[in-house]
Amino acid sequence: MRLSRFFIKNYPLYLLLVLGAVIMIFPFLWMVSTALKAHVFVIEYPPQLIPDNPTWDNFIQAWNANNFQVYFRNSAFVAVVSTILSVLFSAMAAYSFARFEFHGKEFIFYTLLLVLMVPNMVAIIPQFFLMKFLNLRNSLYGLILIYTSTNLALNIFLLRGFFEQLPHELEEAVLIDGGSYLTIFTRIVMPLSTPALATVSIFSFLAFWDEFVMALTFIDDPAKRTLPIAIALFQGQHGTQWGLVFAASLIALGPVLIFFISMQRYFVGGLTTGAFKG
Amino acid sequence: MGMSYRTQKQVIPYLFLLPAITLFAIFLVYPLVKGFQMSFYSWAIMPGKASTFIGLENYIQAFQDPVVGVAFRNTLIYTLVTVPGQMILAMLAALLINAITRGKIFFRTLYYIPVITSWVIVSLLFRYLFQSPEGLINYFLVEVFHIFSEPIPWLQQAATAMIPINGLGIWKGIGWSMIIYIAALESIPKELLEAASIDGATTWQRFRNVTLPLISPTIVFTLVMLMIGGFNVFISVFLITNGGPMQQTEVMLSYMYHQAFDFINFGYGAALAFLMAILIIILSYLQMKYLRRPEEIS
Repeated sequence: MRLSRFFIKNYPLYLLLVLGAVIMIFPFLWMVSTALKAHVFVIEYPPQLIPDNPTWDNFIQAWNANNFQVYFRNSAFVAVVSTILSVLFSAMAAYSFARFEFHGKEFIFYTLLLVLMVPNMVAIIPQFFLMKFLNLRNSLYGLILIYTSTNLALNIFLLRGFFEQLPHELEEAVLIDGGSYLTIFTRIVMPLSTPALATVSIFSFLAFWDEFVMALTFIDDPAKRTLPIAIALFQGQHGTQWGLVFAASLIALGPVLIFFISMQRYFVGGLTTGAFKG
Repeated sequence: MGMSYRTQKQVIPYLFLLPAITLFAIFLVYPLVKGFQMSFYSWAIMPGKASTFIGLENYIQAFQDPVVGVAFRNTLIYTLVTVPGQMILAMLAALLINAITRGKIFFRTLYYIPVITSWVIVSLLFRYLFQSPEGLINYFLVEVFHIFSEPIPWLQQAATAMIPINGLGIWKGIGWSMIIYIAALESIPKELLEAASIDGATTWQRFRNVTLPLISPTIVFTLVMLMIGGFNVFISVFLITNGGPMQQTEVMLSYMYHQAFDFINFGYGAALAFLMAILIIILSYLQMKYLRRPEEIS
């Protein structure tokens, strides 16, 4: 009774929200529907949202298609290692900026900020030659190094803001007890910053898992491809086999969605803890 | 660590910075400097062949290249359309979600899904939806709503091909600004809004005079970030039209990429990249300088 009165009073709000939700979600439903249709039915007119004979064939075929499992592993490896390195190195640097005074502090921080504003792609041409020169083309380790590097400035910026808000008293207590700054960092700063570190890790992981341009430019060897490249090329090779393309896309999207829904409070939490108050 | 605190205080900051700064210098700062140098050269790709210094010629060429004009126009329109589009719809969604009590998390999650989906997937998806004649969008426009009598060849003609790309830019980005706006709205003290209500302010007046000034730093933040994102548009163009037909849907970064990696004009590509970078830095600087000011005074 009270519930229904609540909905009646607020129905224009819910109506608008549902309309918006339909627009946000419908393309995905259509993607799922297409992936569940057997190839012959994909170009159908009029289109059908609910397939008559849904089948997992496209998913099975995509998963077993040339090297798809290798691409999945490559993506996971690159994204996980890059996330760990990027978050660790950023946290160390951010701690340095948040707690110490040293020569060149301002200069280094403003250089980071300036580069943060420059689009990543601006350096793609010289980076291509650099990777070639360092023999890092067609190497997953090469991707890891360059991914880690491109994410540092943003993570340092966000973490510095968070570290500056941590109370100094605990750190002073550690120093009085004879601990070093390394102890402070590993025992106090890192554990106290779990929410901020989780947020930064999630955003970094997503960026790496989805990264397209650098992987496209630096990787030629089919065995070293990552998922985004594989999916884009899949579309090229399989032309109108959209069912197959979307089945592959959904396999790539699955882990991200699960990750997002289970870690949601960090997604939102991170944005509200003041990480963005620059 | 057996160092004295004085030594620690001097050494630790540099030690902690070392890994980040080393990577940053090698993979970002060096390439940026190198790219700046390349932009003044006719860059030779054959090993052993020397590149020739040509001064500002690449930049002069850029200002005379008609495709740069097209690419710049498309990039500018994309930014002018998608940035306000995202901000207004995101604010609307945030206000609605903030106003309801049940299902907040449900709607927030749904609206955020396009944000976490990769550009590659949503670009392919939009290309599929906007196919002609048998795409879903055409089906709705022609058969269901009878807005047009003929299917529109969205991606085959320059006049319409930017529409799906702009639409995608708005659709994919709403959730990001929305989450940030919801957080900002939640931080507004309820008493302020209640006080305004008691004084007889309408919903619009409360939004205009209480909410908006309080969250204006957040709005400026999203404006700057979205604008940088807008000028960075690349993957959607690359995968939906690849700049075609006849290079009419090129944006700055796609044209730079094609010049460098398809036409092997690395020096020219580097010059185009730098023009983009300079433009973005100037615009972000101006935005932060002028849009922050009223907030800091009040």
